[in-house]
Order: sequence, then structure tokens, then C-alpha cells
Amino acid sequence: MSNEEFLSMVKKAIIEGNKDDAKQLAQRAISEEMDLNEVIEQGYILGIKEVGRLWEEGEYFLPELITSAECMKAAMEIMKPELEKAHIDMRSAGKIVIGTVEGDIHDIGKNLVSSILSANGFDVVDLGADVKLDQFIEKADEVNADLICLSALLTTTMTGQRKLIERLKEKGLYGRFKVMVGGAPVNQKWADDIGADGYSENALTAVGAAKKLVEK
Amino acid sequence: MIKTRRPKLELLSNELIQKIIDEAYIILENQGVFIENEEALDLFREAGMNVDTSSQRVRITAKLIENSLSSTPPSLKMYDRDGEIEYLLGGDEVHFATGSVAVTILDSETQQERKAVTDDLIRFARLADCLEFLHFQSTGILSTDVSEIVSDSYRLYIGLLFSKKPIVTGTFRVEGFEPMHRMLVAIRGSEKNLAEKPLAIFDACPSPPLKWSNLTAQSLIDSARVGIPSELISMGMTGATAPITIAGTLVQHVAENLSGLVICQLAKKGAPVIFGGCPVSFDMRKGTTPIGAIETMMIDSAYTQIGKHFNLPTHSYMGMSDAKINDAQGGFETGIGAILAALSGLNVISGAGILDFIRCQSLEKLVIDNEICGMAYRLIDGIAQRDDPIALDLFKDFAADTQFLSMPHTRKWYREEHTFPKLIDRDPYDIWVSKGRKSITARAKEEVENLLQKNPPPLPDKEIQKALREIMLSDAQRNGMPSLPEISLP
Repeated sequence: MSNEEFLSMVKKAIIEGNKDDAKQLAQRAISEEMDLNEVIEQGYILGIKEVGRLWEEGEYFLPELITSAECMKAAMEIMKPELEKAHIDMRSAGKIVIGTVEGDIHDIGKNLVSSILSANGFDVVDLGADVKLDQFIEKADEVNADLICLSALLTTTMTGQRKLIERLKEKGLYGRFKVMVGGAPVNQKWADDIGADGYSENALTAVGAAKKLVEK
Repeated sequence: MIKTRRPKLELLSNELIQKIIDEAYIILENQGVFIENEEALDLFREAGMNVDTSSQRVRITAKLIENSLSSTPPSLKMYDRDGEIEYLLGGDEVHFATGSVAVTILDSETQQERKAVTDDLIRFARLADCLEFLHFQSTGILSTDVSEIVSDSYRLYIGLLFSKKPIVTGTFRVEGFEPMHRMLVAIRGSEKNLAEKPLAIFDACPSPPLKWSNLTAQSLIDSARVGIPSELISMGMTGATAPITIAGTLVQHVAENLSGLVICQLAKKGAPVIFGGCPVSFDMRKGTTPIGAIETMMIDSAYTQIGKHFNLPTHSYMGMSDAKINDAQGGFETGIGAILAALSGLNVISGAGILDFIRCQSLEKLVIDNEICGMAYRLIDGIAQRDDPIALDLFKDFAADTQFLSMPHTRKWYREEHTFPKLIDRDPYDIWVSKGRKSITARAKEEVENLLQKNPPPLPDKEIQKALREIMLSDAQRNGMPSLPEISLP
């Protein structure tokens, strides 16, 4: 099998959302000592880009999108130790700490954003749902995050987003981590009101918004 | 006379109902539910259930479910603030309620969403009070001029002051229960009177899939112990937080509601419980939760049928729209929902006034929806045989000039057989033009002001007002709010 054929199989596994194939191909790339950087860049990432394109075109819906993102994540987890061993610095798009704020146990939207971000090359630490505000800050400090992403589904908990920003200011950390907010009741105006750096309406726009914030 | 047939919608076959219930039982017994509340877990331990302490997971046996179902009352009665008007919840009794709980109000002038303040809540409660086809009010909007910590008790406070109708509400914090319960007791005079004549229903939503948070489990327990009916609001999103198929979501819905019902019965045998919900057909393209989707309504109607199969009072969020303004979508989604809800024989239907995925309440929509509810009530009254013979006598003197307008029979029955909406346009074209070519939204806006002007606020006695205010003020003060917003009376 030529290198090109292999890469197109990788792409296909991601586009079709076939997790077994995505993982097996990652294993094979390792055992056959292929150039992992190339496999990732020319295979996996091209695959996920194609998935994004299909989404934009209205061909793919959320189930396809999320499945492909999860395939990507599973394959990357297999290759990560090898990359580290070989001292290949994975070009991370940025470090993100994400979670749903305290009091809110709804995390379907956040899970989506989390998967899509990690499929797009971000290092994502997902703290889950009902996360204490200090936990966001401690984790962000610990991993030296670029970005904190806060989700809220309930109007009663979206105020936690404002509190987190206030807490960052109190601790003199405002500005060290960028803050992006999202969730059903949240909009750009709210983000501006509370002094958040960014806002995203959905999981797909979150990628672009996160990239912009990290580059800033 | 031939008995009038009550039109009824039943989407599920008995065979499918049984299969859904069987699977729900199996899930509760094998996988169980997560309950993040120690008091509830203790109740399950005492009942001999398998409780995994570290994961807070409970497996519930079929026997406990059966026992709990048999101790739950098949019907209950709600009473208005004066304790005089009685509303039966059970069988196919239908009661429309205002929708809850919106975070914005559609501004009457701009027709854009904005945050609501105390005055909006007052206008909302007063309108709910005087709209004929809305039997219940709800704490339907959040007020942003009070601390968000007390937003649960504050909305109840305003509702109790400005409307006499029974109220659908709920807590946002464990500590919210106590002041809210005290307000209700203040109106009834004693805990015993409140338990005998419930004035409020408390909603409690499990977190799909199959989890009860500390707050919601506590609300079930606290409500059960004082006789406040709990409405179980399972809210799976198809393909996201519940199975993608409608039947699959129904399995989860039944399992979640049954687990909530068991918590109530363990807290107090015989506690009133309403089999309700707010499930949605999750939009796989937009990632949104359309309440106006036909599939959402199908799930609602179907779980209602299952609730009736269990012989329980039923509730749903229906008769609302995802439109952002009062446009055609706002009307047809609401209309379809309200009609299907009534045909399903739902006891409590939360919906009137709601737009934008339950985010927004519109007072104009509230008065429009009142007319939709009126149509729905007429529909389920069915077609009656009023006379025997039905019409033969009217044709006895049949001649070329026979007409019916002046017949006593017409005068006797026309108000019973036909309804007369106020807002719906039935004018001939030229008259409509001469009245200014107004849309239903424009007419509704006038009607809102008209109703508020005509109907003085139905405030309770001064002493009750004072008692409510004291409870609210002390709750606010405990939570860092020294005073309450001024209430301006017209």
C-alpha cells in the first residue's frame, strides 16, 4: 500500500466516523514507524477539515460531526505517547479548560464544544458539569491554559460566568487567561456585559473564536 | 340522548405502551438512576434498595415501583387563592396554564426580547388572572431587578399577590423551598389547610439521562412531606440526552418519571404526583431544542397516554412556539400544540405566551393563546345531541322561506354550540381596512392594555399582603438584598 493510499484510508475513517478504523490506522502508523506528523497533518486533520466542510454544506448534521470528532480524539490519544517519546512537539492550537458552571448539570452543549475543539487540535481539559468557579481557575493555573471556556444552560447559572470573571479580577488573573462563554441563554451582549473575551454561538463557531482568542 | 363522544388522540397501541413500560422497569432495575441527594438515598436504603454509595446510584425493583404507583393518588384537586374554585386534575380534565419559565419578555413596543423586571411580572400575573381560558397561572418570567438567588421565591411572591389562580412553580435552590412554602401557608392559614387545598404545583426536572440532582430530589421530598403536588418534568433531548427514536425517548421518560414518583412516595406515602415532562426533538442541525416540532408534540402526547395508563394526573409543556416574534409560526406551532394537548386529555398544559424555546414570554401572545385555548376547549367538548329528535322538529313547517335565525331553537343553543373569539379576525375585508388593517399582534397589544385597565389587581387581604411581604423581605435580606423593588399599583 502506498503512503497516499494509507493517508486516504485515514481520512476516510474520520469522514465516515469509523472509530475502530481510526484507532487501528493510528496503531499501524506507529508499528510501521511512519512519519506521524505527516499522518496527522495529511490524514487525520484533512479528514476533520472535510467533515467541517460537509457540515458547512448542510450535508453533515451533529451526529456525524460529533462521531468524527470522537474518532479523531481516540486516534490522537494512541499517537500522543509516541509523539512525546520522539520529542515531536505536537503543534497544539492552544490549551483550553472547559466546563459547565456551578449549579448547572446540563452539559450536552459543552460536550459538543469540547469534542470539536479537541478534534481541531486544541488541548482540552474538560472539567465536566456543575464545576466550582475556583476549580476553573486552579486548573487553568495548573496547566497554564490559554483559554477558559464556560458553558451555562440555565439563566440562573449563567451568572456564574460573570462571577468567574470577577473572581479572576480579584485574584489579579484577569487577562492572563482569555475567557470564552457560551450556552443557550448566552449571547454576545451578555459576553460584552460581563467582560468576557469571546462568545460562541455553537460548537463550530467555537473553533474559529477560540483560535482568534489564542492568537491575540 | 346519545352520550357525547369526547374526541381523543391516542398515538400508542397498548402493545407498544406495555413494551415501553417493560423496558423502563428493566432499566430502573438493572442500570438504575443517579440521585445526588443523601436524604433520597437514605430513603432508598430504608426501602431495601441496592444503593451504590460512592456513585450515588440506585437500582429500583419492580415491586417498589408497583407499590409506589399504587399509593399515588390517581387524581388531585387544586384550588384558587380564595380556596373556592376547584380544579380537578385526573382523567381527561384539561387545564391550560401560562408557560414557564421565560428569561426574557417580548417588549410590547419594540417586539424585541428584553430582560424582565417586577412590573412585567405584575402585568403577566394580572393578565393570567383575567384570561378566561387559562385556568392556572405560572411563575412564568424571571425578574432581573432582584438578586438572582431569590428569583424563585420572588416570582411566586408576585404571582400570589397579583393573581388568584392556582400556580405552577418550583425552586432554583434547596433553601428556596422554605420561604415559598411559608408564603403558601400564609395564604391558606395553616399547613393543614394548604395540604387539603393545594394552591401551587412544584416542578422538578430530572437531568437526562436518568439522574436527579440534589436540588430536584430535595424538591420532591420537601413537597411530598407537606402535600404540595410535584410535577415530574423529564426532559430528554432525542439523540442527545435521550435515545434518538421517539419510542426510545419514551422508555427513558417513563424510567425517569417513575424514579421521581418513587422518591415522592418514599418521602410520604400518598403524596400527590403529576406525570409530566418537557422532552424535545433535538435539532441535529442547529443543536437547538424545538418545542414547536411535531415530533416534540408526539412525544408529549405519547407519554401522556402512558401516564394515563398508570392512572396518574398528567402534565406537559405544549402549545408554545420557537418563533421569535408573534408571526405565523408563533401561531401555528402554538395552535397545533394546544389542540393536540387537549385531544391528549392532558390535565395541566404549560405553554401560553411562550416563544423562542421557552426563553421568552409575550403578553400579546398570552392573549392570543387564550383564544387558541378557547378553541381547544370547544373541540374537546365534542358534538352533542342537544335535542331528541335532533332536527326533525325544526323542519316540521319547512317551506321555501324557512330560515333559522329567528327560531327559538337557535337562540337557545347558539351560545352553547359556538364560541365567539374577541381577537381572531372575522371581519369582512372592508371593515378590517376601516379599522386600520391591524394584525392580530396589534389587536392583542390593545387588548393587553384594555384588560389591565378594566380589571383592577386582585390583591389579597392587607394582612396576607403584609405576611407575604415579610416572608419575601426576610428571604431577600438573608441573601444580601436589603429591600424589595417598589410595587406601583395602578
